Amino acid sequence: MSVDRETVRRIARLARLAVDEDQTAAMESELNALLAWVEQLQEVDVEGVAAMTSVVEQTLKMREDVVTDGGYPEDLMKNAPLSEDNFFVVPKVVE
Amino acid sequence: MAYPSDPTRFTIAQAREALAAKAISATELAEAHIDAIAKAHALNAFITETPEHALSGAETSDARIAAGEARALEGIPLAIKDLFCTNGVRTTAGSRILDNFMPTYESTVSQNLWNAGAVMLGKTNLDEFAMGSSNETSYFGPVTNPWRARGKNEDLVPGGSSGGSATAVSAHLALGATGTDTGGSIRQPAAVTGIVGMKPTYGRCSRWGIVAFASSLDQAGPMTRTVEDAAILLKAMASHDPKDSTSVDVPVPDYEAGLNSGVKGLRVGIPSEYRIDQMPAEIEQLWQLGIYWLKTQGAEIVEVSLPHTKYALPAYYIVAPAEASSNLARYDGVRYGHRAAGTSDLIGLYERSRAEGFGREVKRRIMIGTYVLSAGYYDAYYLRAQKVRTLIAQDFKQAFQHCDVLLTPATPCAAFAIGSKTADPVSMYLNDVFTVTVNLAGLPAISVPAGLSHDGLPLGLQIIGKAFDEATVLKAGRALETAAEFKSTPQAWWRTP
Repeated sequence: MSVDRETVRRIARLARLAVDEDQTAAMESELNALLAWVEQLQEVDVEGVAAMTSVVEQTLKMREDVVTDGGYPEDLMKNAPLSEDNFFVVPKVVE
Repeated sequence: MAYPSDPTRFTIAQAREALAAKAISATELAEAHIDAIAKAHALNAFITETPEHALSGAETSDARIAAGEARALEGIPLAIKDLFCTNGVRTTAGSRILDNFMPTYESTVSQNLWNAGAVMLGKTNLDEFAMGSSNETSYFGPVTNPWRARGKNEDLVPGGSSGGSATAVSAHLALGATGTDTGGSIRQPAAVTGIVGMKPTYGRCSRWGIVAFASSLDQAGPMTRTVEDAAILLKAMASHDPKDSTSVDVPVPDYEAGLNSGVKGLRVGIPSEYRIDQMPAEIEQLWQLGIYWLKTQGAEIVEVSLPHTKYALPAYYIVAPAEASSNLARYDGVRYGHRAAGTSDLIGLYERSRAEGFGREVKRRIMIGTYVLSAGYYDAYYLRAQKVRTLIAQDFKQAFQHCDVLLTPATPCAAFAIGSKTADPVSMYLNDVFTVTVNLAGLPAISVPAGLSHDGLPLGLQIIGKAFDEATVLKAGRALETAAEFKSTPQAWWRTP
């Protein structure tokens, strides 16, 4: 399988990456080179093989569904590029 | 006991002894390393240096030693890969998008080290978000390998992604360092800088507070100059952590205890599929030498087969980018990290912040990951890769019915020149051909320096073990180390007066 210019634009939009025309062209050839390389996985017989879901055999632990952390909004806001009264500020979304 | 006159030449084990015997103070030990770091800026091993942390920690350590209350790593100066969040100390992941990120919490692994008395020298350089095999994708510039080819002064890569940590340990700027290993990022740089690097079993060390790359593969581990030091450091790093649901609740053994018990009767598997096309003769020779070393110490050599080995790298380059594209979705220019100026709509803010904040390799992986997870392609790529991953894990399981550990080369070549492989991503990815299978199967493995290439550059051998059997991996690694007698160190060409 390979990707065309339009697909690259669509993927960039899904990934929320702004790309210009030059970058789109470069990405198209890079992605196609990678996709051609991983194509060899098609020759593996995976009939009846379960997809891996956990690399180590273990049962995930359960715990009480209670709040165990939090209560320090200042810490959470400390790295915000733009904030006001402990709210994150973004461009206007609704007119 | 006689100690080296230069404290930066100590091993962790020696430093522990010298501190206990009061032959040196923690402050003197920290000062010697701070001085070495200040004279080694040419290597670009550190993104952030923290001498004040090292000195105040050392002061505490000296007081505790005087009071007879020394802990396991009391006063040991370490370097921390800049992927571990450190409370109040900038943590960048080698990316512009986290250029000014100041964590308000501490990663579990680094906290474990501080609780054991270790002190922090600084945060080491790395490939951006740990994505790379040469430390050339860092926003803060490439790290230079302390080693140079015999008779040459060309700058070489230190491997990656833990290239700064590897360089810091190799150049005697720290007694040990933390690394993380998603596809070989501890073992590969360790091999090409002539040090020991260990990736423990997935789940042995908590991932909490480590900037995430590919969550089902990421694992922290020690980078040191000896196998014994790796055992000491791993013991302190490992723990069960309720904050990481994949960290495993099994006891952490005393890895030093059986370290020198030898390999007599140990069954060592040699996987024939690791004899890859175009492998340099000197790598093959080193591998044969390793087989000979273990055999003469009483190990039983067994030929084994890992038939799906050749599919490991392509499967990895679907699974890892898929997880990365999901993990890196959090960088949006709103809650933390770089924010693009002058955008008037929300989607534009996301797109521009990410475009400006991420480097080329990271973008490439986000794109491929987004593609293989997108509607219509998920089954053909991601699901198939996860099935191949099951087959790779089964290969190991079957091999371990016939042997206790596996012996393989650590890398397909020695360190290469900066800039020489950046044009072709696939040729760069091939550096991890011997290490990546282990991450896909979640197993523990160690890289041990074993010899020099034809032009005098370090090469490593790798021991792979069964899940949670780090003790046997370390014991076999120690046997290799004993036989190899690797004593070479790089000439300090980088040192400024």
